[in-house]
Formats: sequence, structure tokens, C-alpha cells
Amino acid sequence: MVTIAAIIYEPGNSIRNKTGSWRIFRPILDNNKCVKCENCYIFCPEGIIQEDENGNFKIDYDYCKGCLICMNECPVNAITKIREEK
Amino acid sequence: MVGKMCEVKVITGTSAAAEAARLSDVDVIAAYPITPQTTCVEKLAEFVANGELDAEYVKVESEHSALSVCIGAAATGARTFTATASQGLALMHEVLFIASGMRLPIVMMIANRALSAPINIWNDHQDSISQRDTGWIQIYVEDNQETLDSIIQAYKIAENEEVLLPVMVCLDGFILTHTVEPVTIPKAERVREFLGVYEPKHAYLDPDRPITQGPVGVPDCYMETRKQVEDAIERSKKVIKDVNEEFNEWFKRKYGNGLVEAYNLENADTVLVAMGTVCGTIKEVIDKLKKEGKDVGLLRIRTFRPFPKEDIKELLKDAENIAVLDKNISLGFNKGALGIEMASILKNKKICNYIVGLGGRDIRIEDIKLIINDVEKAEDDKTAWVGLKE
Amino acid sequence: MQFSREELFAPGHRGCAGCGAAIVARLVLKAAGKDTICVVPTGCLEVMTTPYPETSWRVPWIHVAFENAAAVASGVESAIKALKRKRGKFANKKINVIAIGGDGGTADIGFQALSGAMERGHNILYIMYDNEAYMNTGIQRSSSTPYMAATTTTPPGSKIKGEDRPKKDVAMIMAAHGIPYVATACISYPEDFIRKIKKALSIEGPKFIQVLQPCTTGWGYPPHKTIEIGRLAVETGVFPLYEIENGEFRITYKPSKRKPVREYLKMQKRYRHLTDEDIERIQKYIDEKCKLLGL
Repeated sequence: MVTIAAIIYEPGNSIRNKTGSWRIFRPILDNNKCVKCENCYIFCPEGIIQEDENGNFKIDYDYCKGCLICMNECPVNAITKIREEK
Repeated sequence: MVGKMCEVKVITGTSAAAEAARLSDVDVIAAYPITPQTTCVEKLAEFVANGELDAEYVKVESEHSALSVCIGAAATGARTFTATASQGLALMHEVLFIASGMRLPIVMMIANRALSAPINIWNDHQDSISQRDTGWIQIYVEDNQETLDSIIQAYKIAENEEVLLPVMVCLDGFILTHTVEPVTIPKAERVREFLGVYEPKHAYLDPDRPITQGPVGVPDCYMETRKQVEDAIERSKKVIKDVNEEFNEWFKRKYGNGLVEAYNLENADTVLVAMGTVCGTIKEVIDKLKKEGKDVGLLRIRTFRPFPKEDIKELLKDAENIAVLDKNISLGFNKGALGIEMASILKNKKICNYIVGLGGRDIRIEDIKLIINDVEKAEDDKTAWVGLKE
Repeated sequence: MQFSREELFAPGHRGCAGCGAAIVARLVLKAAGKDTICVVPTGCLEVMTTPYPETSWRVPWIHVAFENAAAVASGVESAIKALKRKRGKFANKKINVIAIGGDGGTADIGFQALSGAMERGHNILYIMYDNEAYMNTGIQRSSSTPYMAATTTTPPGSKIKGEDRPKKDVAMIMAAHGIPYVATACISYPEDFIRKIKKALSIEGPKFIQVLQPCTTGWGYPPHKTIEIGRLAVETGVFPLYEIENGEFRITYKPSKRKPVREYLKMQKRYRHLTDEDIERIQKYIDEKCKLLGL
């Protein structure tokens, strides 16, 4: 059933679209090298590099499109890439 | 409350429209001038400047922006008003579809005026008729009183939860906009009580309820939204009739059954079908002929959208000679919109279509008599342009 | 922690991998917060984030048409004023009304509505995300497309060598409207962009920010370089960062030594047809512009 005027009443429900399937390369973040500069956090176009309960940045691979901006902007090379298997 | 429930002023159609917007306590007005509507937005500016109307008066830079401002405001939950004509309405064309598609109860006054080219500031119905597919309810009025009353009614119709569609109230440019007539103006408190306040449940922008309005209507959902609008306009038929009755209870004036007005139809074999002020001229002819013992009828179409199919079929079922007057022409079909739509719903009837009054060409009593004689003599359907120079 | 952790822009949108517009939206909402109504015209940002029944927006949001975001925003702002005053709606909450439009929908078809809204003095912030072409329809030129850039409507050939007109200076035109705040920004400088948004939102009246947004698909570079290229645009003086507050002009970032324009141009496929002569000419043009601004 289509809503009146196709209004979408559920904010941010695009999260049901798992764009991680787009990936060719997967960025891997080594938390031991991370200096918490927040570059990867702020530059990720999907906004899916977030801190876990210990305050360490983690990449959510459900959504990561593999653009590798995070890898390019990391000042300490804490992020490397590997090719996705499939 | 001291004083009468209303007062009578002798005012133009544009002033009547402005008064109606004031009485309806609109919140946001988008104002752009265009002949012959300009005096409406000017009057509203006076009301706002004097504090007689508490509204945001947005002096937009084009008609396209005028309707866009109304959409933004209505989507935020405000009651809105704007007015235009002719080229201005044409400029709004894409936004008209959007207003109805977004189900926003905007009310707009149209001062019917011919379309360019060649540029012409005088009256015909081409401007609003050309927008009949846009999902707006269209009301065509006969005089300045009906102008004021219909705009008030328009808010009640538009904001009804069964409808939630924009409404355009159309009055003949110059004939009504620049002619003064006595108009009864109800007291603002009464009107505001009649209308209540616009409190949408479906669409309002508010940080406490983050909704997305106007998404991409992918093929998977687009047809359903169009059907929703069609169903809403269908439902509006009953709402328009009910509001017509309710308005009569409150303010002691009604207009036919809200959708159509029947004038001397009972014994008439010959019926004229028309919209707007030409109906006043037709009524004069009918009255004269009745004194001479001849019955001619008039079916005034008040709402062109929703098209009152059921009422037309019922009221014209005994008519033998049907003359449809159109102040517009669908170029390439050689018929006017009313003529085309009438013919499509009345089977086995002789329907003659008369193109009249384009670009402000006067429709005289002689022309009406000519049409009556012509339709009675006609053997079959036809289209005729009345009053063309040789 | 220097950036707000509030995520008002959800993942799952259809932006390209490395999309700069998504970064714009995320940064704008981090700066503005949840008491914000976004008005977005037709374009990449709108189409990629709201395919029914999905939306990436966690704030109230409206799209109407291509050329009228500024007019719609004017309507939203007017309604808020009227409803607050007449019916006590929204309590005393400060609500940001922010239009976020592309260069196509702002500098070209949206220009009239933009000028009207700015001139009327509405309390709105208009952010033009400038990827220098009509990207959503497949990379056609806009008035913001820089000199000699290749687009599908300015393809380099034997007769014509890409865009033949210089980039329209929308920010300066906005400043000429006499509005209280105008700024240029770039997504590669997020603290600066956020600071400018917050400053704009603290000012009453019409505000305008032009934010450079590199586009991997339209400019022709690998997705991971989106931020790097934006930085180069600023470091070479191609896109100066400044603000104009109540008519007072101020450079907000001055590269200590401007990098040669060639470094920036060479990274993008849209400039690969440029000869050394062309690059020289562009370098001179940039040098003159920077001199005028005091860069």
C-alpha cells in the first residue's frame, strides 16, 4: 500500500539497503596503528566508520562500498585493502 | 459581539477574493502581480500592512515561485493563498501537478484571462481550462459574492481529510475583477469558526517528526499515487455538496448543489450549458423568453473538476437540444473542453458546441438568442464559432 | 573527539562509491543538528537518497522541483514564522531551514528563485554543492563548469576544446545581494565547512555557502581521491576559501605556497585533452584571480 503522496514516514530507513554488496576492495583498519585523528570517520560518504564500545573505530561492512577514501586519508597508514572474495 | 453578523460592501471581484482570504485567516500569501488579478494581491498587502490580517506576505519574483512558496508553506502546515491569471498560471504549470501530487490544500484565485500569443489581457477560460488535468479542483463563479463565498468554501473542501487537494476558484477577468457589485461580507470570527484551523495529519514539516516529502516516485508506486488523487477528487464531489449545504446553514447562501446549478430546466427541451459570468447573460435571455411563453434551460457548471458527470446525465436526460458554450478552444480538435467532455458522457443526444468570447470578445444577448435558434435548427452535432468577423 | 557523533544522514543511499555529495550532506547535518528542515531540489543528492519507499534523511525533508528550492525554502521559513506567531507552534525552538542544491539547480535553472529568496531576506541558509556540472543527468555543463573542462555537452573535439566559458562566480553574485553571510568551502576541509555552517546558522537573514564537491564519476578520477582532489583545488588557488560577513571579505585559508595548477588538472580525466599551453593559460588566469583576492 503506497502512502499518501508517497510520503516516507520512517526516517533513515535506507539502512535496509545493504550497499556492502557493491564492494570490490575491502578496507581493513588496524586499530593498533590508529591515532584517532577521525579522518576516516568524517570523510566516509556512508558514515559507517563508527566507534565501538571500547572507543575503537570499526568499519561496518554491511554498507562499505569500498571507495577507499578512508585508506587514502589515513595519515598513519592504519588502513589497507584486500580484494573481496566471491 | 456588537453589530451585525456581516456587512455589505460594493466591491470588485478581486477585492472580494482578498476579503475571503482575510476572513479565512490565511497564514502565508505569495504575491505576484498580473492583470487582471493584481488588485487582489494589492488589497491583501493593505490588509497585512494595517494588521487586519496576520499573515506572512511573500513578495515573490515570479508565479512559478509563488506556487512554490505556497507548497513549502503548506507542507509545513500553514494555510496558504495566491492569485494569478493567464501567463502566470501557465508558468506555474509544472508546479500545479506537484501541488496536487503532494496533496497540499492550497487555494488559488484565478482571474480568467486569455493566453498569448498574441498577448491578450481580456477574459476567456483558456488559462484554467488548460490546467484541467493537474489534479486541482476547479470552481467557476458567476459573480463577486460567489467569489468570496467560494474561496472560503475552498479551504473547507481542500483541507477535508477525504480530499486534501488544492483548489482554484476562477472568476472572469475584467467582467468580475473590475466590476463592483454589492457583496455581503461575513464577520471574520464566524468564518474562522466555520473553517477551523488547518491541522494536517499527513504532511507537515516538523523536527519532532522527520518525514520525507516528495521522494522519487518509482514505477512501483507512481500509478498508485495518481489513483489516490483521482479517488480524492471523486470523493470531493460529496464534500463540495456538503460544504455548499453547510455554508448555506451558516451564511444563508448556496450555489445550486455545489457542483452544478439548474436554471429553468424542468420544461425545457433546449438547454444551454456554460460556466462563469456568461450564465448571467443566459439567465436574462431565459427570463425574457419565459415571459414570451418559451422554456429554455441553463445548466451552469460550477465545478469543472471534479466533472459532475452524474448530475449532468440526470439533469439533461430529457433535453433534446443541448448547446454547450465554451470560452476556450482545444486547438486541433475544434471543440471546447466542456463540449468535448459533455459529448463523451451523453450518448444519443444532439450536442452543439459554441466557441464564444475568446480574448474578451463580448457575448451579447443577441448571441445567446442566435445560439438558441441555431441549436434548435441543427440536425446533428456541430461546432460553431460565434461572433467571428467575416 | 572533534566531530559530533550524531548521524542524521543514514547509509544505504545510492551515491557512487566515493560520492562527495554524501559527504556534503553528512557534514551539513552534523553542523546543523536535528532541528533542521532540509529543502533539496532535483539532483544527485535528492535522487540518490529518496527512492520511494526509502529515505536516508533523519530530519524533515522536502523536494518539490528542480528550480525552486529557494522558493520552497522561503515558504517553509514563512510558515514557521506565521505558525509560531499565530498558533505558538514549535514553541521557541530555533529551526534551521537549509536548502542544499547542486550547481545546476542553483546557478542555472534555480538562479531566479535563489536571487528572489536572498533579496527578500528570508532566514534561510542556501548551500550550493558545487560539482561543476549537471551530474545526476550524466555530466552536462552548468554555468559553474570551469574553463576547458570536458562534459557531455562540452566534449573536446577538433573544433571546440571543452567548456569555452569561465566558471560563474555565484558566491560573489550572492554577496552583491548584500546578504549578511557568504562563504566558500570545500569538503576536504570539514572543520572549516562545519564552522562556516554553524556561523551562518547563528546569523539571522539569508546566508549562502558554495561548497566545492569533487565528483569521481563526473571529474574522472578513482573514488579514493575525492578528498585529495578537493584539497588540491584549494592548495592550487583554483577554489579559494573565503567568507564575506556583512560585506567584509576575509580569506579563511591561505596556502603557504600555492601548488601549480597542473598537479590538480592532471588528476582528472575531464582535463586530459589540455595541452601545456592550455595549462599555462589556466595558470595565468588563476594567478590573476588569486592576486585580486589577496591569495
